[in-house]
Amino acid sequence: MSTPTIEVSNVSKSFGGVVANKMVSMKVEPGKITGLIGPNGSGKTTLFNSIVGYHPIDEGSIKFQGKEISKLRVQQIARLGMLRTFQQTRIYSKMNCVENILISVPHRTATFSDMFRKYPAELTDKAEHLLEFVGLYQKRHLISGDLSFGQQKLLEFAMALMNEPTVLLLDEPTAGINPTLINGLIDRLKRANEEFGITLFVIEHNMRVIMNLAEHMYCLAHGEMLANGTPDEIQNDQRVIDAYLGAH
Amino acid sequence: MIKEKYLHAGLLVFGVLAPFLFPNYTVQISLLWIMILFALTWDTLGGQMGYNSLGNIVFFGVGMYISAIVQIGVVYDVALYTSPDGAALTGNFAPAQYYTGLALGILAAAVGCVILAVLFSQVFFGLRGPYFAIGTLGLALAAGELVGAWDYVGGGGGIALPVFPSDPKSQGIFFYYLCLVSALATYVFLRWLYNTRFGLAINAIRDDEEKAEAMGIHTKRHKTAAWCTSAFFLGISGALFGNMTGFIEPLEVAFPTITFGIFMVAMALLGGKGTLWGPILGAIVFHLIKEVTWTYLLGWQWIALGTLIIINVVYFQQGILGWARDKWPDLFGLTVDEAMSSGSEKRGSS
Repeated sequence: MSTPTIEVSNVSKSFGGVVANKMVSMKVEPGKITGLIGPNGSGKTTLFNSIVGYHPIDEGSIKFQGKEISKLRVQQIARLGMLRTFQQTRIYSKMNCVENILISVPHRTATFSDMFRKYPAELTDKAEHLLEFVGLYQKRHLISGDLSFGQQKLLEFAMALMNEPTVLLLDEPTAGINPTLINGLIDRLKRANEEFGITLFVIEHNMRVIMNLAEHMYCLAHGEMLANGTPDEIQNDQRVIDAYLGAH
Repeated sequence: MIKEKYLHAGLLVFGVLAPFLFPNYTVQISLLWIMILFALTWDTLGGQMGYNSLGNIVFFGVGMYISAIVQIGVVYDVALYTSPDGAALTGNFAPAQYYTGLALGILAAAVGCVILAVLFSQVFFGLRGPYFAIGTLGLALAAGELVGAWDYVGGGGGIALPVFPSDPKSQGIFFYYLCLVSALATYVFLRWLYNTRFGLAINAIRDDEEKAEAMGIHTKRHKTAAWCTSAFFLGISGALFGNMTGFIEPLEVAFPTITFGIFMVAMALLGGKGTLWGPILGAIVFHLIKEVTWTYLLGWQWIALGTLIIINVVYFQQGILGWARDKWPDLFGLTVDEAMSSGSEKRGSS
């Protein structure tokens, strides 16, 4: 099998006395959609943050395409092609939608003089197409902070696509989105995966969404990796059911 | 919206003709250009990038001192010049010596301030939000005290700069045009800069620096370059102001934290921070009010200015232009496009 896009081996992270992740190991295979579930407080977001370099890990190793990245900083990891979206949607709220997308161009090869160049027309076109892709084309000149929460989520997703990442880590992409929009979002996530070839790694609480989306799933509980397998296997795993229902 | 070209033409005509139309106010209008430069350069960090610096006045003072040292140094030994024995030397500059010194001094002030800004960036951009504001305020206060204790540049007693090799009226007009050119250059440069990727990147840092980092933007590089830009023009303004005044000393002239240092913030806030025209408008209104209150409300002038700042901060936090943008969003291009997609728009327009 090819090199995993993300390979986490025996990673532990604690905050003071709270052990958020304990000897967690997992893999994200290239080109696939991988899911991560677990009850609240089980350490999903901590694992995300560790992977993208938001905080140092206590022990273990994290590899991106075979390269050790656990000592790199957030920006360096982002420039390698690993991007994350936030659970609390984060956009540049005083800029308009087109500007939000434009500034999200990949910065991997940006040189010093690139800072002072303008955006060529192709990039503006591409930005508008991405806004069309997420259904925000008409609102592209509005200040993004004035959009609804769901629209901001879609904008954040379009920003991530503009960055052309190898892998995209999505922290609860459907949280707070109106149920009728969720189907559209699932469809767009799948298209991003198939058409743009972006590997996805998704934290999700909505079981219907994640079962639909993911090809392989991991379940965290109390900071430990509880189970992994196909959506069907996870659904029928007694340990996963117990974790969610609170049996210990 | 008012066409920008009319604003440009109006400002340019006023700028060029002002010393002839209002000969008695040349100094005040020179100062107006410096105020515009102050507000514009403050806004680069404070408005566009979201880093509220209370220490930008440092570059003004440092520029003034660097220029003074270079202007004197090309002809005399600086330590001798600033000693009590050097008092007779201030008038001893031939025109060629004076202008060469001035040109080199302005250049050195700009370059020196940029180097200093790079160094400060290493330390101060570790601070965010209010900590950055307080950190830079400390920097400004410390700078004045440090220079005041440095005998080589005259310490607290200051330095009398080389005397202009002609009559005072020509001096006024000469420096008036230098102030005009430096303010216009600042405007033209920033206008270009904000239209490049750089402008969007520092806006992104303002709106959410963590997100900008997560998206891979070189935040440190942009922050440093932004401060260097401010420092460059502030250094020039310091060099000019020092020569207009003729006598410089650390606390009141070079590092006036509580006057110019606060004015630059107040002017940008008044006009509307984070916009290109806001700081210019703010500087003009603020300077007019300041000059009028100094003339007609003497004794109450600080209270009048304080009231203005309070009204601004309490009721019009977005400043004049920000308020206008909220009231008439259409004029600023904040509209919903009826076209459903980029394809249909092209069909519609052709």
